[in-house]
Amino acid sequence: MKSLLAKFSALCLGLSFLVAGSVLAQESSPDAMIKRVTDEVLTIVRADRDIQNGNTKKAIDLVENKVLPYFNFQRMTALAVGRDWNKATPEQKKRLSDEFRTLLVRTYSNALTSYRNQTVSYKPFKGQDSDTDVIVKTEILQPGSKPVQLDYAVEKHSDGWKVYDVIVGGISLVTNYRDTFRQEVSTSGIDGLIQMLVTKNRQLESGKAADRK
Amino acid sequence: MMIGKGGFVKQQIAQRLRRFVPVASALALCCVASAQAVETQDPFEGFNRAMFSVNEGIDTVVKPVAKGYDEAAPLPVKAAVGNFFGNLYDAWTAVNDLLQGKPSDAASDAGRFLVNTVVGIGGVFDVASEMGMTKHSEDFGQTLGTWGVGEGPYFYWPIIGPRTTRDTFGWAVDSWADPVWDLNDVPVRNTLVGVRFIDMRASLLPADRVVEEAAFDKYSYIRNAYLQYRRSQIRDGAPLPADDADSAE
Repeated sequence: MKSLLAKFSALCLGLSFLVAGSVLAQESSPDAMIKRVTDEVLTIVRADRDIQNGNTKKAIDLVENKVLPYFNFQRMTALAVGRDWNKATPEQKKRLSDEFRTLLVRTYSNALTSYRNQTVSYKPFKGQDSDTDVIVKTEILQPGSKPVQLDYAVEKHSDGWKVYDVIVGGISLVTNYRDTFRQEVSTSGIDGLIQMLVTKNRQLESGKAADRK
Repeated sequence: MMIGKGGFVKQQIAQRLRRFVPVASALALCCVASAQAVETQDPFEGFNRAMFSVNEGIDTVVKPVAKGYDEAAPLPVKAAVGNFFGNLYDAWTAVNDLLQGKPSDAASDAGRFLVNTVVGIGGVFDVASEMGMTKHSEDFGQTLGTWGVGEGPYFYWPIIGPRTTRDTFGWAVDSWADPVWDLNDVPVRNTLVGVRFIDMRASLLPADRVVEEAAFDKYSYIRNAYLQYRRSQIRDGAPLPADDADSAE
């Protein structure tokens, strides 16, 4: 009996490797990665009443577990800061990325809580196999509304494809911060910018109770 | 009321088109000199911020109405309302497609208008989309942009909100071409204008919370988002070439 069980669990393990292997194989293309992650997240949100009712905490957990591994926050932050990024020390870069990540995760998670009955359509991917920096185009469809274009800028890393910009209806959620960030750096330096992000995140954290209605 | 409108609307548009061409060329002549702007131009920030607070004030009244509508109206009703106004606009989109030298888009949008007006019962059902006729989004501001007219300074107007100088002109021409504003029956006209405004505001509700949370300074966040959005519309959604060469590690 025991050996049967052992054989069975070995088989399961083997099967799961197979499945994992096929997922990895699919992800040689960036559009397959975007589709898989999107489908996975939407399946969870569709089934989760708490998230639909505005439970930000749960949405943040979901984003941190399922979405974050596919994002490159260092590059995102560099994009948002613009030219001044080169003035930052490695330590400052790390703090900036961490704080910017916290902010974006919260914003993105909150957008998930307003999910209702939209569907996502994936545009045919036009890149070459040799490309290492591409745009993956999707569209959010909603009855009675114009489709919203949602594009991801994705780059190839040794451990797979990573998103470094999200563009909603032509608006980059990352570069939209540039003016504000540049201004803050010019008046209070890189440390001032870090402080501004810290303060904002703290405010959002303390206002969390108010979000859950 | 909606069913009989199709022929009337078409007639209106034909009438407007006849008056249209001279105005368009005059506008083009006076604006074409300014170069295409890339950076943010906001020389009237003081005025704009004042108008921004005025609109925030107005919104304390409009937003609850939009919320009420969003919660009370069932999805098919909201879809029908959105489709109805979207259909009226498709005809004007087709005109702008043509002015931008996109005849196949123009044919598609004009076809949408015909199909949805006739088969979709005055535009209430978006039959054309189900038939695979893509809806485009064009207005006169985009047409001016395609013609090479520069953005000019940014403005934040009462009620209508953000517009560049070019898009303010564009908006004026769009409103002049708008069949709703031209209805002779004033109560019907006002109702339609009101419903459309609330429908538009309701469609922005999900974005509110994101902006509220994401922005350090709501005014500049909205300004930058608006400018990015309009520039992308003029490129017809084509991605910008990567511009972070100066910021990469």
